[in-house]
Amino acid sequence: MKSVVDVHDVSFAYGDSPALEDVSLTVEKGDFLGLVGPNGSGKTTLLHVMLGLLEPDTGTVELFGQPVDSFDEGERIGYVSQKATDRGGTMPVTVRECVLMGRFAHVGHGRIGDEDRLITEDALETVGIADLADQQMNQLSGGQRQRAYIARALASEADLLALDEPTVGVDAESRDEFYRLLDSLNRSGITIILIEHDIGVVTDRAGRIACINTELYHHGDTESFVESNALSEAYGKTGEVVHHHH
Amino acid sequence: MTENEDHDHTHDDHGDHAHDDHGHGHADDASDATAVDGGIASHGTGIDTDTATTAPTSSSAVRTTDLRERVQLVGVALVGLLAAAMIGFIALDWLRRYPGAEAFGPLETFYTTTGIDPAAGYLFEQFLIAGAWFDYFLGTELFQYAFMWRNLATGVLIGVVAPLVGTYLVHRQMALIGETLAHTAFAGVAVGLLFIAVTGWEGALLYIALLVSVIGALGVQWLTERTNSFGDVPIAIMLTGSFAVGTLLISWGRGFMSIGIEIEEFLFGSLSVVSASGSRLMAMLTVGVVAVVAVTYKQLLFITFDEQAARVARLNVSAYNTLLIVMTAVVVVGAMQVLGVILVAGMLVIPVAAASQIARSFRETLYLSILFGQLSILGGYTFALSQSLPSGGSIIVVAIAIYLLAIAVSDRTGGTISVH
Repeated sequence: MKSVVDVHDVSFAYGDSPALEDVSLTVEKGDFLGLVGPNGSGKTTLLHVMLGLLEPDTGTVELFGQPVDSFDEGERIGYVSQKATDRGGTMPVTVRECVLMGRFAHVGHGRIGDEDRLITEDALETVGIADLADQQMNQLSGGQRQRAYIARALASEADLLALDEPTVGVDAESRDEFYRLLDSLNRSGITIILIEHDIGVVTDRAGRIACINTELYHHGDTESFVESNALSEAYGKTGEVVHHHH
Repeated sequence: MTENEDHDHTHDDHGDHAHDDHGHGHADDASDATAVDGGIASHGTGIDTDTATTAPTSSSAVRTTDLRERVQLVGVALVGLLAAAMIGFIALDWLRRYPGAEAFGPLETFYTTTGIDPAAGYLFEQFLIAGAWFDYFLGTELFQYAFMWRNLATGVLIGVVAPLVGTYLVHRQMALIGETLAHTAFAGVAVGLLFIAVTGWEGALLYIALLVSVIGALGVQWLTERTNSFGDVPIAIMLTGSFAVGTLLISWGRGFMSIGIEIEEFLFGSLSVVSASGSRLMAMLTVGVVAVVAVTYKQLLFITFDEQAARVARLNVSAYNTLLIVMTAVVVVGAMQVLGVILVAGMLVIPVAAASQIARSFRETLYLSILFGQLSILGGYTFALSQSLPSGGSIIVVAIAIYLLAIAVSDRTGGTISVH
């Protein structure tokens, strides 16, 4: 079986300051990988390298068995960025329009058909925001908005869902609901890579943990991560651990 | 496309909500929103106030939303028809036999072999006769003249393509690009004037401006991609730089050759500046731009809304950016004839800003932008002609009036754009 993401010996630097050094890790199909590390540790950089948004200085990245720079099945990846969108705050776009964008990679320059609309409605239903479909994105709460982006990924029938701190600024209750949704998506076979600053949340939810601070300190299942001292080693360098108990 | 009818609105008692409280509740939000939507529709279109206020059930809210959409579609269809008629006029103008056609062998052969010119000439006459009737009823002396129709046609087409391209520009926060490209086009006009003075080929002016403007567009794109951290600095450099080059070229050219065209007309826009070839250029670029946007609507929307996600979905973001900026350059050159270099950006931005105040979806923003754009053009022309004032300034002033009205409407309805 081909792995979903295969990062091999990747290094990346912003000018002179290294963000990633010799990072190698593999994400298998069905994994729920939590990507943790202190602020500025290169988590987002690593995710961007994985998705092909950034080109590594050295090393190779493969997505679904293809070199990342020639990977063209964009519809297989759903991406929810840190500040989910630049324009969601001011641009009048409805939730349904946003979710429909998940179909764009499928239809290319063709027309959106009935099937695309059905899949969109299903995705809205799955994440529980069908009743908000005609609202504008900028009228949603943080949690609702993240659900809309998840729905967009579902509409594109993504196999891999990559989320960069999706619950920043989301209240605790909505956050728990949100992670329950991720759990059920993961159980249905979607591979998830999640960046999360709250270690407690990640160890509760993710099956595997990658802990980085420029270098990879740990990559393995969650139990071995909790028992190891990778966390204090990684965080010892720069910052303090955010840890809420649940 | 909004499809409210797809949804079961079970909360009948929410119809009387006047404001959206932007609450975080889940189930109730939808019916609140629908009620608010109904209210906006009544103010926005000014047609269905009664249904929205006297029958505050969710089903009536669905109906009014539907009506709102239908009114927009009818409006857009009317604009489309008007634009098609204007393109038809320009085509007739082009196809009819020009005086002196026999001097050009190929043209004369074309006329005699196809027999197209008598028909086109006849229909062209009908336009002018219809214009004479307009004049008779309106008490004006304008529409019987071909130059006036060329002007009007160019204006109507500007009212379609400028807001169309502008919708993407504004929401990509690239509003100033239009202004920059207009200044580049000004440098293009200067180059064109020199070219004409040397070659005597007058029809080349706008095509040269077009070429220079597209080169400028690619230059702006190149600069912004390479100097990301400076934001709008490359734009400011490009804006002033191309204008500086333009003024230098014109002064230098005037030193040793006679330039017959008044440069002021291109700065401020003028009703007399639109030539037959200028209106033809506008018609061609309108067809081109509308076709390109029709094909790339989805991709342009995706990169505008969420560029990073679009990149992850493997859209060629940089290619679409280039496409958008080149289309802007093309539109700017066409629109410059009527609006002038300095004011042309207004038509790209103001109707879109007005539409964004009251639109509830992106598609609606696009429709309303075009409607407002067309209203600005027609209103501006009416004002300019009745008061004998320049067209460019009049159009922009009318556009701003519409914008202020849109703000007033969106304020009164509690605001569809929440300010975060």
